[in-house]
Amino acid sequence: MTKREVVVRNRAGIHARPAALIVQTAAQFSSHIEFTNEHESINAKSIMGIITLGAGYNSTITISADGEDENEAVERLAALFENRFEEE
Amino acid sequence: MEPFTVLDLLDLELTEQNDLDLTCIAGREGLLRAIVTPELNRPGLSLSGFFDNFGSDRVQIFGRGEHSYLEKLQVEGTIATIEQFFTHEIPCCVFTHGLAPTPDFDRIARESGCPILQSPLATNEFVMRLIRALGNVFAEHKTIHGTLIEVFGIGVLILGDSGVGKSEAALELIERGHRLVADDAVEIRRVSGNILLGQGANPALGHHMEIRGLGIINITHLFGVGSIRDNKQIQLICQLEEWDAKKAYDRIGAEERTYEILGVATPYLEIPVKPGRNIPIIIETASMNERLKKMGYYSAREFNQKVMRWLDSENARKAYLRRRGAAEDNGS
Repeated sequence: MTKREVVVRNRAGIHARPAALIVQTAAQFSSHIEFTNEHESINAKSIMGIITLGAGYNSTITISADGEDENEAVERLAALFENRFEEE
Repeated sequence: MEPFTVLDLLDLELTEQNDLDLTCIAGREGLLRAIVTPELNRPGLSLSGFFDNFGSDRVQIFGRGEHSYLEKLQVEGTIATIEQFFTHEIPCCVFTHGLAPTPDFDRIARESGCPILQSPLATNEFVMRLIRALGNVFAEHKTIHGTLIEVFGIGVLILGDSGVGKSEAALELIERGHRLVADDAVEIRRVSGNILLGQGANPALGHHMEIRGLGIINITHLFGVGSIRDNKQIQLICQLEEWDAKKAYDRIGAEERTYEILGVATPYLEIPVKPGRNIPIIIETASMNERLKKMGYYSAREFNQKVMRWLDSENARKAYLRRRGAAEDNGS
């Protein structure tokens, strides 16, 4: 199990477009990947799930992955957050 | 869990027979006080000066009785017990029957920063509604990745890995006239002991689905308001999984399997998915079968009983024929 905490850095938060990017990235890995905020935990391969998290600007999310390619999965997903999903 | 504040209580979206009809009439600065327990208190004893075991962390309900007592205190000019009452950190006071606090009570409550709410409902009705509402708020809950749909009146939770076809199966079920409760993120609460109530994790974003190739679609607009419902008890769990030729699937169904969520066991089926298997029809049939079971009719067991009865009668017939054959042989 690999875990990493990330912060949402783009102004608009995780709306439909960043959610789609996350899901597309997560779906490339066979590991089970979850996003957790202070209230709930959701499957990172589900677009509605990620939008439902309601992650706004500056909110913190823990990415956890479990499986063969867990390290690379967390690495790639965290990179999306660091690049602000190529947004403002 | 975030603390549940008095403001959250005022903001609860309850309608019709659940509506609390609350308004805040004083002490707005205390609206962020947390309600930490689903229990209530009628403060008669403490108003008369007895504070042992005072449930000060509970919502305090003032009905007609408590109100008349406050009026008596007002006439007498006694405020000591009211002052002592508000030295405790009370989440909020609620006056039912649309009653208003007496001037002394109102002043001391404001000074202590305790919010006073008012409801036009009768006390017993209000108390029942509040217990129900707080019971739901404080119920154990968890968010699960799956799809919840009502099929022939049975709440079916479809589970399975991403991409196995949960949403697609649900879409066809909706097309066939069944109702979507939630897709992808289902919030499940355990209420009244052993009932699992499922609803969309986010009411503001409810009743949308993501279908690969189509994107996000709005079920209410596409299929009409008859194709959705807000919440539903989970009565059957169907796990969809890729067909595994090596795995032994249930072929008879006489064995009752269950799946536990929040400590509540629910009937459970594993349904293998492969091209040519029409999953929505299988789920529909499973729901109807579940209804039969609730009525006491177990298809697989009844079938087996039939088989055994038939074998018995067949054996008896064969034995009879054998005996008769032997008798005829002897006779000839």
